[in-house]
Amino acid sequence: MWNAPAPEAPAGTRRIDVEALARVEGEGALHVRIVGDTLEHVALRIYEPPRLFEGFLRGRHYTEPPDITARICGICPVAYQMSSCHALEAACGVTVDGQLRELRRLLYCGEWIESHALHVYMLHAPDFLGYPSGIHLAQDHRAIVERGLRLKKVGNDVMVVLGGREIHPVNVRLGGFYRLPRLAQLRALREPLLRAREDALATVRWVAGFDFPDVEADRVYVSLSHPDEYPLNEGRLVSSRGLDVPVSAFEDHVREEHVPHSTALHATVDGEPYLVGPVARYVLNHDRLSPLAQEAAKEAGLGPVVRNPFQSIVVRAVETVYACDEALRIVEAYEPPEHAFVDVPPRAGRGHACTEAPRGTLYHRYTINEDGTVLDARIVPPTAQSQATIEEDVRDVVRGHLDVPTETLQHLCEQAVRNHDPCISCATHFLKLEVERR
Amino acid sequence: MAPLTSAVSRTADPFVRTGERPTLAVWKFASCDGCQLTLLDCEDELLAVAGQVDVAYFLEASSATVAGPYDVSLVEGSITTAHDAKRIREIREQSGKLVVIGACATAGGIQALRNFAGPDGGPDVSAYAAAVYAHPEILEALPTSTPVSEHVFVDFELRGCPIDKHQLLEVVSAVLAGRKPQIPNYAVCLECKRLGAVCVMVAHGQPCLGPATQAGCGALCPSFSRGCYGCFGPHEGPNLPALGDRFAELGVDADGWLRALRTYNAYAGPFRKEAEHVERTRS
Repeated sequence: MWNAPAPEAPAGTRRIDVEALARVEGEGALHVRIVGDTLEHVALRIYEPPRLFEGFLRGRHYTEPPDITARICGICPVAYQMSSCHALEAACGVTVDGQLRELRRLLYCGEWIESHALHVYMLHAPDFLGYPSGIHLAQDHRAIVERGLRLKKVGNDVMVVLGGREIHPVNVRLGGFYRLPRLAQLRALREPLLRAREDALATVRWVAGFDFPDVEADRVYVSLSHPDEYPLNEGRLVSSRGLDVPVSAFEDHVREEHVPHSTALHATVDGEPYLVGPVARYVLNHDRLSPLAQEAAKEAGLGPVVRNPFQSIVVRAVETVYACDEALRIVEAYEPPEHAFVDVPPRAGRGHACTEAPRGTLYHRYTINEDGTVLDARIVPPTAQSQATIEEDVRDVVRGHLDVPTETLQHLCEQAVRNHDPCISCATHFLKLEVERR
Repeated sequence: MAPLTSAVSRTADPFVRTGERPTLAVWKFASCDGCQLTLLDCEDELLAVAGQVDVAYFLEASSATVAGPYDVSLVEGSITTAHDAKRIREIREQSGKLVVIGACATAGGIQALRNFAGPDGGPDVSAYAAAVYAHPEILEALPTSTPVSEHVFVDFELRGCPIDKHQLLEVVSAVLAGRKPQIPNYAVCLECKRLGAVCVMVAHGQPCLGPATQAGCGALCPSFSRGCYGCFGPHEGPNLPALGDRFAELGVDADGWLRALRTYNAYAGPFRKEAEHVERTRS
């Protein structure tokens, strides 16, 4: 457990303890210390018990990581399946294209819709409207929450048709799928996706009207980028500082280091903290959104750069429009390929991949031998990469609101963390919010 | 493991209610969050369920929490730290009925692979930790990942990696009504037969753990043209040595059979014992 003892507060210090940050996936703690008018210390501490996937992946067969690594995260299992498939296929020198590539993209769209709708409606919107949860929100705004659940369900339906179930789908394998989706079931997704796209557009309009705290932040953004499409499974690793490299160079630029105040690892890209996720993707790729999604972004008042992290909810809604649009495009153009998968025979080698999980870039790297035994695995989840920037956001919020009551400030800090939809199960890590004030 | 019928023996207990409606709490231990997400994935039923109970503690979904005791606790995840071993005892004391959900909570999950990672086949976390962290010495992890039932009395164990949402709704409804949950304990094979699905092992020669695995998924993998990989864990009294022989006939070597037994339910009795038997007889 990544659990450093909290520093003892001296006598006279005002401090608030919240057992664990709510409405995030997994468990973590946030520690804030304010002395007079000075912010002394912010640390996002993540100490969910680690499950040590990279350890037990060693010695497994190279066909197993897609199913095994899905278990890192119940909210974004497809991301793990996609990153592991692409990395292992790269190690074996196999490329999956044509309709199989499209079906993978469709499956990923399902996960984006499901995950984004969950976050927007059940986890994040309650912050802006003053409710403790989506369930409480539904007591006053049932139709709105029902719209969110309907939207989320369509994402899940896509995953069920392609993957068999929403959480830990069973149909993904190296080279493609175990079996192709039933044509009638795939075609039947069209109508619900059309409705979902309308619901997603309504979602953008809804969240664009929220009252956003006045915060501006200049961050380093990192995501995949592809010349022809909004990034999901493929592309180069790019940053707002001009980085543009193949994903195989990920570890040459991204470093994970121990920081003295925390037991967690902080990632930097070329020495700077950075952010992955919807805002980063949008900033670096907004011109490759579908015309409808671009129009929705424009109507919502989003420019080419989003500097207010609280507006991430709008970007998430815009990406949901895109995911519905893209899913529709794939469903409408789908022609069944001859085979459900291409063969991926093992060979000794190393493979790398990044794909875009709903929360941002997810890196996998595997080394396998000629029998297909995994010798080594490395996984860098999105939340671990964004962690240092999330702390920076909390610092900005505290500095900008030193005069507000502690309770309000605490709520703002929690929101500043939830803006990024952190997935602490992925980052192996616990949010305990603690504001000390003297 | 606690017997699956334990809920029955306790239905005579008066159902403790702290208010107008029963209170529900959802707890997380070492896990992927997927089983509690299953509750949020009940899009059609979620608001109806929320109308029947007071959701008193569900941190993934709500920042409003109410202190215990709770009428029903759902627990996800396995016990992997000394702190969590203490926490689960506190939760048990606060809970009228304690239902554990998913392979982590019922069998230790995939992280229970550490239970066999030592040079002698016993528990060892150090090698795995060294593969992940530059400073594994600061890790405060137990050498084992264990199911909740090894620590406290459990009223009902719902299997699956992840659990099935219809089964979850059935268990929650049954526990609230004080009746026995209607959860089958037969093998996946029966679900295949009911679906009229072609047997992937007989017809296509694919290794399949279905004959040894508890039903509940709806024979998902066979209906997607792949063999079952056992994510609901062993059903009652599986003939694993016979299934191992069949796997061998289909070209699966001893390592492959061991890997098949040692995934998401590796620490569940029958899978664990068969794997230990294979290791012993091989060396």
